[in-house]
Amino acid sequence: MSELLLPPEHRYAKIIKERHNEDGSELSILNLGPTHPATHGIFQNILLMDGEKILEAEPTIGYIHRAFEKIAENRPFYQITPLTDRMNYCSSPINNMGWWMTLEKLLDIKVPKRVDYLRVIVMELARITDHLICNSILGVDTGAYTGFLYVFQFREKVYEIYEEICGARLTTNMGRIGGFERDWSPEAFRKLDIFLKDFPVAWKEFENLFERNRIFIDRTVNVGAISAEKAMAYGFTGPNLRAAGVDYDVRVAQPYSSYEDFDFIVPVGKSGDTYDRFCVRNAEVWESLSIIRQALDKMPEGNEYHAEVPEYYLPPKEDVYHNMESLIYHFKIVMGEVPVPVAEIYHAVEGGNGELGFYLVTDGSRTPYRLHFRRPCFIYYQAYPDMIKGSMLSDAIVILSSLNVIAGELDA
Amino acid sequence: MALETTEIQEKLVETFGSKVLAFNQDRDIFSFEADSDIITAVILFLKNDPTLRFHFLTDLCGVHYPDNEENKQFAVVYHLHNWYENKRIRIKSFINGSKPEIKTISNIFLCSNWMERETYDFFGINFIGHPQLKRILNMDEMISFPMRKEFPMEDSGRTDKDDRYFGRTTINQ
Repeated sequence: MSELLLPPEHRYAKIIKERHNEDGSELSILNLGPTHPATHGIFQNILLMDGEKILEAEPTIGYIHRAFEKIAENRPFYQITPLTDRMNYCSSPINNMGWWMTLEKLLDIKVPKRVDYLRVIVMELARITDHLICNSILGVDTGAYTGFLYVFQFREKVYEIYEEICGARLTTNMGRIGGFERDWSPEAFRKLDIFLKDFPVAWKEFENLFERNRIFIDRTVNVGAISAEKAMAYGFTGPNLRAAGVDYDVRVAQPYSSYEDFDFIVPVGKSGDTYDRFCVRNAEVWESLSIIRQALDKMPEGNEYHAEVPEYYLPPKEDVYHNMESLIYHFKIVMGEVPVPVAEIYHAVEGGNGELGFYLVTDGSRTPYRLHFRRPCFIYYQAYPDMIKGSMLSDAIVILSSLNVIAGELDA
Repeated sequence: MALETTEIQEKLVETFGSKVLAFNQDRDIFSFEADSDIITAVILFLKNDPTLRFHFLTDLCGVHYPDNEENKQFAVVYHLHNWYENKRIRIKSFINGSKPEIKTISNIFLCSNWMERETYDFFGINFIGHPQLKRILNMDEMISFPMRKEFPMEDSGRTDKDDRYFGRTTINQ
């Protein structure tokens, strides 16, 4: 059997041949993936199994690699947001905003407070949807479908808010250099209010379904635990690191977009196991809701929705037809003839899965000279073989979904 | 007491002399260049020194500079982060264009394993001593290194699309 799956020179084939169990049983090889319904994405793991127990795992990634970094080197700056959308597609607005903030850091643009707050709202909404998916899918993987179906409608509500803001739902391509493409409509705020009223009720119920659920606890406690030291060595950031007890959060460490104005706690876990990851994400959803409420309360008066940067911010279409200056700016922006400083920038935001970094090298031309995305998934997924070693196959599935590995972000 | 950049610079110069150079505070990040043959020593020093404590490797990636002189055609860029003092640092190490190789840091930072594989995959930079240096995102059969500047993004035989309108052109770059 194993000879059919793997070339004879493969490491595992050799191990199988040399290993003789006392009871006469043999080791076996299992291909988990590339397209397996339980892995929520396309990644392959070749598992070396002793019965139901995993002895070793060898991940293969890159199945949906789309060469974003190469494409980015050939596109003007404002055409790179659609690429960022498609990395962590469960929370695209965070990626979009992170990219605009990187450019604003490069161009030294100060955005108005109101834009900062609007961005915070949309980023926290994105974080809620990200955690909502991860936690409810974790429920599905342990056999509880109801919770998922129950809270999933609220992702739909959030997508409707996105739709009001930018017209798109999943891959949002939201915002511009210096702010948003248009002001948020009253309908967007109305939908946001309804969401803030209804969602906490559902999320509380969702929590009640899982947090003290005997089956769920049995399936998750002490499954896939990772120590803080090891997590840091493996480059963990975000909820997965915080579940291990390290309170590192980019929103607190290097506040961007006026996060310093808000009062929120960084929830941490203790053991770094699947249950702690679940609880940390749950708690973060509550914090995100609180941040959104604070942002709405503190929202400055007026209707400013972008910074005054005519060189980089597209003028309204009416002005382009009637106003010479606007026409020139429009032409220059669209043709990418606006000069940018020669610089190297690193900007990080707290994405759904951890520190999402943008390393941008410019040479003064219309496109980046080099753009590298620090994708949290890619970095922490390398710990996966280590985390599932010695556990059962069904635990491996649960660990994978609790890590929230998003194929788009993994492969870029 | 916050960790000052002058202190970092003094310590580095004291230890490595003229092999660390081009110290620069660019916007919010402090950066410098390190000679490629001492890169492991520099990173180990930054990590283990009791006052510097850059214990977290945030990012590692390559950059291709085909227009530079032969010895500086590739750069490997490391971003380290000290969470205690909340200080970031960027280290850039230039390497030879025709024989791009540098020592691995995967024995210092576990997470650099895949980052180095990614850099190898896209730039063909050989990380000496890496436990499993093979392609990670591209397929194993690929023979070129796609993030090098000479690698074309589009099929050069295509006539239905003029890349001049979409990106980097000879006039504009």
